[in-house]
Amino acid sequence: MAKHHVSATVNGDAVEFLCESEQTLLDCLRDELDLTGAKEGCSSGDCGACSVMVDGRLVCSCLVLGVEASGKSIETIEGLSDGEKLHPLQQKFLEHAALQCGICTPGFLVASKALLEKHPNPTETEIRYWLAGNLCRCTGYDKIIRAVIDAAAEMRGA
Amino acid sequence: MYAFDYHRPATVHDAQGLLKDGAKLLAGGQTLIPTMKQRLASPSAVVDLGAIGELRKIEQNGNALVIGAMATHAEVAGSKTVMSALPGLAGVPGAIGDPHVRNSGTIGGSVANNDPAADYPAAVLALGATVITSKRQIAADNFFDGLFTTVLGEDEIITALSFPLGAKFGYAKFANPASRYALVGVAVAQRGSEVRVAVTGAGSNGVFRVPAMEAALAKSFTPAAITSVKADASGLMSDIHADAAYRANLIGVMAKRAVEAAA
Repeated sequence: MAKHHVSATVNGDAVEFLCESEQTLLDCLRDELDLTGAKEGCSSGDCGACSVMVDGRLVCSCLVLGVEASGKSIETIEGLSDGEKLHPLQQKFLEHAALQCGICTPGFLVASKALLEKHPNPTETEIRYWLAGNLCRCTGYDKIIRAVIDAAAEMRGA
Repeated sequence: MYAFDYHRPATVHDAQGLLKDGAKLLAGGQTLIPTMKQRLASPSAVVDLGAIGELRKIEQNGNALVIGAMATHAEVAGSKTVMSALPGLAGVPGAIGDPHVRNSGTIGGSVANNDPAADYPAAVLALGATVITSKRQIAADNFFDGLFTTVLGEDEIITALSFPLGAKFGYAKFANPASRYALVGVAVAQRGSEVRVAVTGAGSNGVFRVPAMEAALAKSFTPAAITSVKADASGLMSDIHADAAYRANLIGVMAKRAVEAAA
């Protein structure tokens, strides 16, 4: 079957790639665009390791077809830091040791950023519900929650 | 996934024309894509409804709230139109899955898939909604047809759900803590002297109504009115999460909570 020619925006840059119908957006990011930050965990939309933003919506890129991204604006973990300067969420994840193996971390950071853009001052309960689609098998979540609370405070200038 | 042809039609008419030879509709992809990955589905073609803007509209149309089939759970949950027209309904999509699922999954996809543990079918049935398709209008009572089955034809597309206004509506579910699917979910709607109670998550044949509870609540729309009405455990699902007797008990508990929450 002929490949699809997809034009999209990824982290603000115009990109073009060719993909098969059956390649997911996650496959295209990793294999066609060499953006390997988003991870393949469960591949069924349960774990959130592949979290990206599509037109401002937090989604699992493993359940989006690559060809569906045509004309869309995609944001990935690669766009989070400002060059060498870490995003406050990244800095706080480091300071709180909110990661161990790190596979889930890009997804948590993308999801946390989506949360703080909508709710700059979330309660702990709101954070836990908002991050319900991201699974971590190492940390027990508590350090992740503390890191997000701390980052939110810093981003509010508190 | 096996290889397939991909189509992205601009109109419902074009989409309907592409629905042949085992083609499948793609809405939010939260069920279809995992099913294709597991090779439980291998459609020859996928018809993506994502480019048909008219399917996303949410509007009050006379005495009905009309929600386009491609409106996501997050869009319905956050819609000011839904909040003012039928406030109880907004809580149904607001409690589906997690943010990723709510940002992708759609009302039309949920209703068409008719998963026995999905939330929307209970709300649609309790509220006596009308399923509007590319070909006809189908009353909720005639739409659901057993596990993962509806009366939709092969080349028929849900375009919108129409909910009649003027009902008090409440929904309560006991969610599976991992998936947030309903272990048991009960939707209750009171319209004048008529009360409808619909249960999801429990029936081994999908969503169903509970006439005994409806009769008791029609006399007195209070949680106490159904204390003595026991749900029948025969025909309920038993699995690793809950057996039929436990689900039957949960129907009573959730029905009371739904009545209490009705607004």
